[in-house]
Amino acid sequence: MNNSSLLLDDPGWVIALKGLLIFVLCVVLTLLSVWGERRIVARMQMRLGPNRVGPFGLIQALADGVKLALKEDIIPKAADRVVFVLAPIISATTCFMAFAVIPLTGKVNFFGEETVMQLTDLPVGVLYVLATASIGVYGIVLAGWSSGSTYPLLGGLRSSAQVISYEIAMGLSFVGVFIYAGSMSTGDIIASQSTWWNVVVLFPSFAIYVISMVGETNRAPFDLAEAEGELVGGFHTEYSSLKFALFFLAEYVNIIAVSALATTLFLGGPSAPPGLGFTSAWLGGWFSFVWFFVKVLGFFFFFVWLRGTLPRLRYDQFMKFGWKVLIPVNVAWILVVATLRLMTQQGASQFMIAAFTGGVVIAVLVALSIFDSTKRKAEERARYVGEMPEPSFPVPALPVIKGAITKGDQK
Amino acid sequence: MTGESVLFWTLAPLAVAASIAMLFMKKAVHSAILLAWVMITLAIFYITLEAPFLGIVQIVVYTGAVMMLFLFILMLVGVDSSDSLVEKIKGLRPVAIFTVLGFSAALTSLIARTDNGRPAVGLEEANSAGNVQGLAQLLFSDYVWAFEVISALLITAALGAMVLAHSEKSDAAKTSQRARSIARFRGKSIATAAGLPGSGVYARNNAVDLPALLPDGTPSDLSIAEVLHRRGDVQETKSYALEGLPKIDEEGKK
Repeated sequence: MNNSSLLLDDPGWVIALKGLLIFVLCVVLTLLSVWGERRIVARMQMRLGPNRVGPFGLIQALADGVKLALKEDIIPKAADRVVFVLAPIISATTCFMAFAVIPLTGKVNFFGEETVMQLTDLPVGVLYVLATASIGVYGIVLAGWSSGSTYPLLGGLRSSAQVISYEIAMGLSFVGVFIYAGSMSTGDIIASQSTWWNVVVLFPSFAIYVISMVGETNRAPFDLAEAEGELVGGFHTEYSSLKFALFFLAEYVNIIAVSALATTLFLGGPSAPPGLGFTSAWLGGWFSFVWFFVKVLGFFFFFVWLRGTLPRLRYDQFMKFGWKVLIPVNVAWILVVATLRLMTQQGASQFMIAAFTGGVVIAVLVALSIFDSTKRKAEERARYVGEMPEPSFPVPALPVIKGAITKGDQK
Repeated sequence: MTGESVLFWTLAPLAVAASIAMLFMKKAVHSAILLAWVMITLAIFYITLEAPFLGIVQIVVYTGAVMMLFLFILMLVGVDSSDSLVEKIKGLRPVAIFTVLGFSAALTSLIARTDNGRPAVGLEEANSAGNVQGLAQLLFSDYVWAFEVISALLITAALGAMVLAHSEKSDAAKTSQRARSIARFRGKSIATAAGLPGSGVYARNNAVDLPALLPDGTPSDLSIAEVLHRRGDVQETKSYALEGLPKIDEEGKK
C-alpha cells in the first residue's frame, strides 16, 4: 500500500489539521533555526551568541520577530505600491507550499485514522516543488523592481538569475532519482529507497543537488544577491517591518524546504538509518518523524557551517560554475544512470554492466587528466611575465614587475 | 456542486478578469504579472482536469521561465506606456484587425460547437498507466520524430540568438593603457598629449555631439567621439565657429 492510496481516504478534518500542523511546524522551525544559526555561527567564531532571552537564549528570535513587527512600515515614494505589497506575500506563501508533498513520517495513527503525515501525494510531486519555487522567484524579482530604486533592482535581477540558473542544475539532479525510482511522487521515491538510500546509489546527483540548493536559497557562499559591500541588502533593501519579516521567514522556510526535499530524495525521508529499523517497530510510526527531523537538521547545520566557513564567490565565477560545470556534468551523469538502468531492466549480464561501468570510470579519468594537464600548462604559461592569459573581465593592464622570472632565466 | 466546479467558477472569472485587465494596464510589468496569474490559473485547470504533468510543466516552463525572461527584459530596458505609441511598420493595423477577427471567429465556432456537459471520453484509458507514463509513451514512441525536430529547431533558434547578440570587441578596447599613452606622446603631434578636448567645452551648448571651441574660436573635430563621427550624429562644426579671434591651427601652434 503506497502513500497515495493511504492518503486517498483521509477525511476533510484530517487534511485541514495536517495543513495547520505543517504551517505551525514551519514557523516554529524558522524561529528555532534563526536562534540555532546565530548560536552555531557564534561557536564557530569563538563567541557565545544570544543567551539572554529565555533559557539558552531560545526565544531571542521570537523577541526579535515581535520587535520587527512593531517597527514603522515604510513604503518609499518611488515604489509601485501594489506590487511592493504583493511581492513579500508571494515569497512567503509559495515557500510553505513545497511542504504539501513531503512525507514527514511513515505510516501513523492520526486520531484513529491510518495515514501518513503528508498533505497529498501527487504523481508529479517533486516537479510540483520546482513549480512552487519558480513562482517564489516572482517575489524576489517584483520586490526588486517595485522598490523603485537601483540597488534593489540589481539585487533582484541578480538573485532571480541565480535562482533560475541553479533551478536547472537542481531539476537535472532530480532526473537521476526519477529514473531510479521510476516515479516522480515523493511517496514512491521513499519506497524505492528501502534497500539503499539514493545518496549511496546516486552520489553525483546528491552532490549536485546539495550545491544547487545552496545557490537556490541565496545562502552563503552563494549569497551574491545581498552582497552587503556591493548591493546594500539586495532586493529587500527598501523593505521594513512585517514585509521584511515575511522575506526573512521565506528565506528560512525555503532552507528547511530544500533540506526536507534532499532528505526525501536522497536520505530515505522518514525511514530509519540502516540498522535502526527496529525503532519504528518498538516506538510506533510517530518515531519516524524523529529520523526525518534529525536529517533535516543535519542539512541545516551544513548550511550554517558553510556560512561560517566559506567566503562569498564572485558573480561571474558563480554563474560559470553553474552553467559550465554543474549542468554538463549532470547531463553526462544522467546518460550513465539511464544506460545502467536500462541494462539492468533488459537483463544484461553482470559482465556487461561491469564492463560499462569500468569504461565510464576510465573515460572520466582520461577526461580529468586531460583537463588537469591543460590547466597545469596554462598555469605554467601564466608564470612568465608578459605572457599572462587575458582575464575575461576588464582590468587595468598589469605593471611589469622587476625581478620576476622571465623565459631567459630558466635553465 | 462538486469541488471541481466550485474551483472552476471561482478561478475562471478571476482568470478572465485578469486577462482583460492585462490589456488595459499602463505599466508593462503589471501586464506581465497579470499574464503570469492567468497562466497559473490555466495550470490549476489542467490539474483539475486530470493532467497534472501538463499543469506543473505549464507553471515551470511558462510562468517560471518564459514570463520571467519577459519580466527581466521589461525591468532592464524599462519599457513604459509612454514609449512607442507610433506605428512604425506601415500597414500593420489592417493585418492585426484581420488576424484578430479571424482568430475570434475560429474560437467562437469551436466553442459554439462544443456540447456543454458532455462526459469526457477516453480519459480513463489515456491515464490508465498513469498520466506521466501515458504522456511519455506518446512523446517517445508515436511522436518521437516531431519531438526531435522541434527540439532541433529550438536549439537552432537559441544558437542563432546567441550569434546575433554576440558582439566582437573593437581593437581600440584591447590595446593597453601603456600602448595608448605611448601613442599619445610619440604620435603625429604632441598637441593632444594631455588628452583630447572635451566636447561642448566653451561652446554655446554642452552636449556630446557638439564640438569644443578652441581658444581662438575654431571648433575642434577631435572633441567628438569617433563613433559619433562615423554614425554622422554630429552637429556641423563650422556653424559653431566664433569670428574675430586670433587663429591657431589644429596642432596648437601659433
